Amino acid sequence: MNREELRLHVIDTLAGKVTCKEFTEAITDYLEGKLSFLFWLRFQMHLGMCLGCRIYLRQMKQTINKLGHLPNDPIPPAVREELLQRFRTWKTK
Amino acid sequence: MEIRYNSAAQALIASHFPWAPSPTRKAMQKQGLRQTDSVLPSTSAPGATQTEQPLDEQRLLEALRKGNEATFVSLLNRYHGSLIRLAMAHVSDRSVAEEVVQETWLGVLEGLDRFEGRSSLKTWIFRILTNKAKTRGIRESRHVSFSAVSASDDNLEEPAVDPARFQTSGFWVDHWASPPRSWDEGTPEKLLLSKETSVYLEEAIQALPPNLRQVLIMRDVEGLSSKEVCALLEISETNQRVLLHRARSKVRRALERYLEGGNRQA
Repeated sequence: MNREELRLHVIDTLAGKVTCKEFTEAITDYLEGKLSFLFWLRFQMHLGMCLGCRIYLRQMKQTINKLGHLPNDPIPPAVREELLQRFRTWKTK
Repeated sequence: MEIRYNSAAQALIASHFPWAPSPTRKAMQKQGLRQTDSVLPSTSAPGATQTEQPLDEQRLLEALRKGNEATFVSLLNRYHGSLIRLAMAHVSDRSVAEEVVQETWLGVLEGLDRFEGRSSLKTWIFRILTNKAKTRGIRESRHVSFSAVSASDDNLEEPAVDPARFQTSGFWVDHWASPPRSWDEGTPEKLLLSKETSVYLEEAIQALPPNLRQVLIMRDVEGLSSKEVCALLEISETNQRVLLHRARSKVRRALERYLEGGNRQA
């Protein structure tokens, strides 16, 4: 085993063979705090070593954040008036 | 004495010892509180503490029951858009969705005196909508049956990322062949914050299969907890997580295509 192979072997053992593909599939469990301790550790170590997955995680968080800040359509005035009328009727009942 | 951990240790502690006091969680709770804008402007102080939250809702209910029109209007302003979006996840026609939302508001008025505050007002209103939409959907036979959702469904089998982006052989098999590019610099970042992207995102949500759409809207757009979503949709927590994962992955892919210019029209 040459140096390079040894280096890769050590990385692989530490990372517990979490591939980038597995990472992208485990990401929701990770964000929901549902990973087992061991897998969480491997996930973290993979994250530390892999720029691509760090960017992927960041993009996922940015996506979720953007989803949480979508503007709502305002209620059409006609609908609001009608419902308010219903509210007045309900009040006197 | 306060022990300081680095962020990785904090996350570890928070995910495995949920009962442990954590500076991150406290900060998150504070943030969550700041995000919940009160419908009663007169009674909510900006520095509201945690215990004031249910009280606020109590006041709001009292005002509604007394027939305070301003409170009702602010409730309409606050939730109407959300309800329309959520209704669209159940029935795929805009005009039907609008009818369902109208019915929901009438349902809210009918049930107001009986509402005991065991769930939050928002969850309660969402439950009324879900029930109305389900009834409506069954009538129009466009409703997604959740019992039919299983791991063998096409949209659940689909990987989160296009398999072509991973290496197919060698030592680095299944590692990135074409890794994602950061959105934090230059055009993607500006575009991400733009209104245009919000419009695109709405389209991406509407393009999702209904079961994914419902979970994504409830969890990520409206910010309900996984417990609430499971109860509303009558699905297991695992199932909910799988649906959420597929939905988020699909939306991220759509956003990536858009931000990197592949699918942009204008």
